[in-house]
Amino acid sequence: MGAYSRRDFLRGSLAAGAGMAALGGWPSIITAQSKEPIKIGVLHSLSGTMAISEVSLRDVVLMAVEEINAKGGVLGRKLQPVVVDPASNWDLFAEKAKQLLLQDKVAVTFGCWTSVSRKSVLPVFENNNGLLFYPVQYEGEECSKNVFYTGATPNQQLIPAAEYMMSGEGGGYKKFYLLGTDYVFPRTANKILRAFLLAKGVPKDSIEEEYTPFNHQDYQTIVAKIKRFASGGSAAVLSTINGDSNVPFYKEFANQGLRSENAPVMAFSVAEDELRGMDTGALVGHLAAWNYYQSVDTPQNKKFVSAFKEYCARTKLPGGAKRVTDDPIEAAYFGVHVWKQAVEKAKSVEVDAVRKAVYGQEFLAPGGKIKMDEANHHTYKPVLIGEILKDGQFKVVSRSKGLVKAEPWSVYTSPDKGCDWVKEKGTYQKKA
Amino acid sequence: MRPLALALLLAWLTAPAVGHAAARSADVEAALADLAGSDAERRAAAVAVIGKTGDAKWLAFLSALRDGLVYARNAPGTAHRRSGPGSPVPMQIVVGGGRSTQGDRELIEIKAAYDGAPLGTVPLADLTEVAADRRLRIAIKPFLAADETRGQFADPDPDVRRGAAVKLGNQADAATAPIVEAALAGEADPWVRHALAEALALVRLAHGDAATRTAAAHALGALHSLSAVPGLKRLEADAAASAAEREAAAVAVKKIERWTLLTTTLETAFQGASLGSILLLMALGLAIVFGLMGVINMAHGELMALGAYTTFVVQNWFRAAWPQAFDAYFLVALPMSFLVAAVAGVVLERGVIRFLYGRPLETLLLTWGASLVIQQGLRLWFGAANVDVSSPRWLSGGVPVMVGLTLPYNRVFIIGLTAVSVAAMYWLLFRSAAGLRIRAVTQNRAMSACLGVRASLVDATTFGLGAGLAGLAGCALTQIGNVGPSLGQNYIVDSFMVVVTGGVGKLAGTILAAAGIGGLNKGIEPALGAVFAKVAILIAVILFLQRRPAGLFATRGRNAEA
Repeated sequence: MGAYSRRDFLRGSLAAGAGMAALGGWPSIITAQSKEPIKIGVLHSLSGTMAISEVSLRDVVLMAVEEINAKGGVLGRKLQPVVVDPASNWDLFAEKAKQLLLQDKVAVTFGCWTSVSRKSVLPVFENNNGLLFYPVQYEGEECSKNVFYTGATPNQQLIPAAEYMMSGEGGGYKKFYLLGTDYVFPRTANKILRAFLLAKGVPKDSIEEEYTPFNHQDYQTIVAKIKRFASGGSAAVLSTINGDSNVPFYKEFANQGLRSENAPVMAFSVAEDELRGMDTGALVGHLAAWNYYQSVDTPQNKKFVSAFKEYCARTKLPGGAKRVTDDPIEAAYFGVHVWKQAVEKAKSVEVDAVRKAVYGQEFLAPGGKIKMDEANHHTYKPVLIGEILKDGQFKVVSRSKGLVKAEPWSVYTSPDKGCDWVKEKGTYQKKA
Repeated sequence: MRPLALALLLAWLTAPAVGHAAARSADVEAALADLAGSDAERRAAAVAVIGKTGDAKWLAFLSALRDGLVYARNAPGTAHRRSGPGSPVPMQIVVGGGRSTQGDRELIEIKAAYDGAPLGTVPLADLTEVAADRRLRIAIKPFLAADETRGQFADPDPDVRRGAAVKLGNQADAATAPIVEAALAGEADPWVRHALAEALALVRLAHGDAATRTAAAHALGALHSLSAVPGLKRLEADAAASAAEREAAAVAVKKIERWTLLTTTLETAFQGASLGSILLLMALGLAIVFGLMGVINMAHGELMALGAYTTFVVQNWFRAAWPQAFDAYFLVALPMSFLVAAVAGVVLERGVIRFLYGRPLETLLLTWGASLVIQQGLRLWFGAANVDVSSPRWLSGGVPVMVGLTLPYNRVFIIGLTAVSVAAMYWLLFRSAAGLRIRAVTQNRAMSACLGVRASLVDATTFGLGAGLAGLAGCALTQIGNVGPSLGQNYIVDSFMVVVTGGVGKLAGTILAAAGIGGLNKGIEPALGAVFAKVAILIAVILFLQRRPAGLFATRGRNAEA
C-alpha cells in the first residue's frame, strides 16, 4: 500500500485534470469562430466609499446587457460582462483596467465615477487603444480618443443652472456662494462658475468660495457664514458637496433657520440615488441640475424605471423594487445601447471602427432622444432643473429648449480650446 | 372599467354647458383660447389678462398652469376628433387631477378651469398638455407671489410666516407695505413680529421721504437688522440725502455692527461647545474602556454604528406600528441603542477580549477584526447604501435666542445629553459602590480579587458600559449626520484624538480635551476654512503630545508604570 505515495497521487490527479481540461476545452475552440460571446468590461467600485453610488451603475449596465442578450445579442453574438471591483482605490482602477484590456481583451468598458478614477485609467485606455464609456457629469477639460462621455459637461449642467438662478424665473439671485468638497470636480466646476458669473457682471465680492474635506460633518461655521452672506437677500448657494456630507449640510442649513425661498441651494451632486439614504425633510424645495430625473414623463422612461425596479427585485439586489433611477444610471444605460448600435453599424467590435460609428449616433434614451456628438466624443443632452420633493424625487421646474451641445472646454475658462477627433487630433487651439 | 370611463365621458358630453359662464368675461374667454395656442406673445398676454382679474379662483388656475396640470381638449360636441392646439376646432381648457391606469390606457380626472367643478375622468390621450414654458412661468410669477405670501402669512407654522416676512423685506417692494402692516397687526409670535417690523422698515427705507427714511433707519438700528446694512450704507454715502438721514444711517450701521460682533462671538462659542460635546460623547465610552481596562477598543466606532442602526430600526417600528407617535421614537431609541451596544460589548468582552488582558497589541488587533466583522455584518444586513433616519419634529429647526442667533435644537439636545452622560458617569465611578469596585480592580486587580471583588464581572460591566456609551453616541449622531456601515470609521480617529490628548484614564482630561479641540477648531475655522482648520488641529495635537506625551492629565508618581 505504501508504494502509492502522496506524490504519485498528486502527479496522477494533475495528469487527469490536464486531460479533462484539454477535452473540455476542445469543443469551445471549434465554435469560437462566430458565436463566441463578446466580452465587455464593467469597471465600477463595488466596495469602499464610492460603492454607494457606483453599484447602481453596475446593476444598470448588467440590466442593459441582459436586455440586449434577450434580443439575440449584437451581431448574433451574446454579450458577456466581465465585472471587476476596483474598490474605490484609484491605483486599483488602472490595474483592473489593464487586466480588462490585456487579459480579458474586452471590446468595450463601462466604468468610473470620480474624475480621479477616470484620470487614473485614461493612460491605460489610450496606450492600449481601449474604449471606455464614462457615464457621469464631470468638470470637462478632457478630450480623449478612447473615451465616450455620456454624462454632462459644465455647459450642460453648471452654466444653465447658474443662468437659471440669475433669471427672473429662478429668482433673480445676485450673490453666489460656491460651496464644495475639496477635490478636482468642485474645484474646476467652481473655477468655471466663477468665470461665468464674472462674465455676467456679478461683482467679485458677491461671490464666495469655500471647500470642506471629504466626509465633513460639521457645517455650523459654514452655514453661519452663508446666513450672514444671504442676509439682505438675493443670495443662492451653488453646491458641489459630495454625497455623504450633504445630510449634515442640509440639516444644519434648515436648523439654523435658512429656507429655500430665501436662500436656495442648487446642487450638482445630489440625485435620486443619493436621496434614498437621506432624511429628505430638510432638502425639500432646494434645487438640482441634471439631464434626467426618474420623474421625467415619457413612455420610454416609465418602461425603463419599472424594468430597473423589476431587475433589482428579480436578481435580489439590496433595495429590490424600492430602487430608483437617476442621471448617471440613465447615462450608463444608454451608453451600452449606443455602443451596441455603433457595433451594428460598424459590423465589427474593433475599437477604431466602433469609435467612428459612434459619431452622430442617436438613441431614444429614457429621458428623451440623445445624440452623440459628431466629433468631440461627448453627448448632446437636454438640461433639466429640478426641485426636490418630500419623497426624494424631483419636480422639473425648467427645461432647456431641445438638446444642448457638449463643450468639453468651457468658453469661460478656455475660450481658445476645442475638441475634435474628426478634423483635428483631439484638443486643438481655436484660431482667433 | 373601460366602459365606465366611456359612460362618464358620454354623460359629460350630453350635459349642457352651463355654470360659470357669468364669471368669465369675453376677455378671459379669448385669453383661454390664446393659452391653448402656440403664439408665445399671445400666451404671455393671456396670462396677464387672467392674472389681472385678481380672482382667487383664476389665480389657482394660474398656479395649476405653472405646475403643468392644465390641458386642452376639443370643446364639447367636437370630441373624439383629436386635434392639436392651434387648430380651428374650439378648445376647452381643463385642469387635470389624479391619474390612474386602466390596462394600457392612462386616465385622468379633469376639472373645470375656473371653479374646479369635476368634469369626470377621461383618457389622457384625449388631452393636449398646455405646457408652461419658462416665459409663461415668468409671466405667471408676479400674480401668484402676492397670493402665495398671503397664504404663507396665514400658515400656522411661525417659521413659514417668518420666512415670508424675510422674503418681503429683501424684496423691499413698496406695494407690499400694506400686506406687511396687516400681518403685523394680527401677529402674536414675537420673532415673526420682529421679522415683520424689519421688513416694514426695509420697505420704508427703500421707498419713502426723508423723514420716513430717517425713522426707518433708526428702527432698523434698534432691530439690529443685518439685512439692512447694505441699504443703510448706501444711504450713509448718498450725497443727495439730508444730514439727519445720513446721521441716522451711520448710527444704525454702527449699532448693527456691534450687535453682529456680539452674536458672532456667541455663535462661535456655541459652535465650539456643540462640537466639543459631540467629541466628548463619542470619546467617553472609549476613555472608560481605555483608561480603566487598558483595552484599545478599535471597534468603538462600530459600536457607535450599532447604536445608529438601532435608532434606524426603532424608527421603522414606529413608522409601521405607531405613526401617530412617530416623534417619540427617539426617546425609545436612546435607551435601546445603549442596550444593544452594551450587549454587543459584553458579548465581545466575555467571548474573546477577556482571554487577552494584559496583551495590548493582541487586543488591538482583535478589536480591529471585530470592527470589520460588525461593519460587514451591517453592510450585509442593511445594504451598502446609507439609510435614512428622520429627525423627530422636536429636534428639527432651532430656537431663536436673540436677533441673528438661532440655536439648532439637535445641537442643544446633544449638549444636554453629553452633560447628563458625564454627570452619570462621574456619579457611577466616584460615588457608587459599583464604581468603587471598578476603580479597585483598575488599581490592583489581584488585591481586589482577594478581597472578594468579582474581577471578571467588573470587567464585563465596565466594557459593557463603555460600549453602551458608544451606542448612545451613535444614536445622537443620527441627528447630525449620515447613518451607513462605515459610520464608525469616520468618527474613530477623532475619538482617539480626544482620549489621547486628554490623558489616558482621566475623565476630567477627556472632558477638557474635547472642549479644547472643539473650541479651537470652531475658533479658527472662520479664518482658515474647514480644510485648514482640520490640518491645524492635527498639528496642534501633535505638537502638544510632543511636549506632554502622557496628555493633559498625566498620571504621576509610582502608579505611572504604563
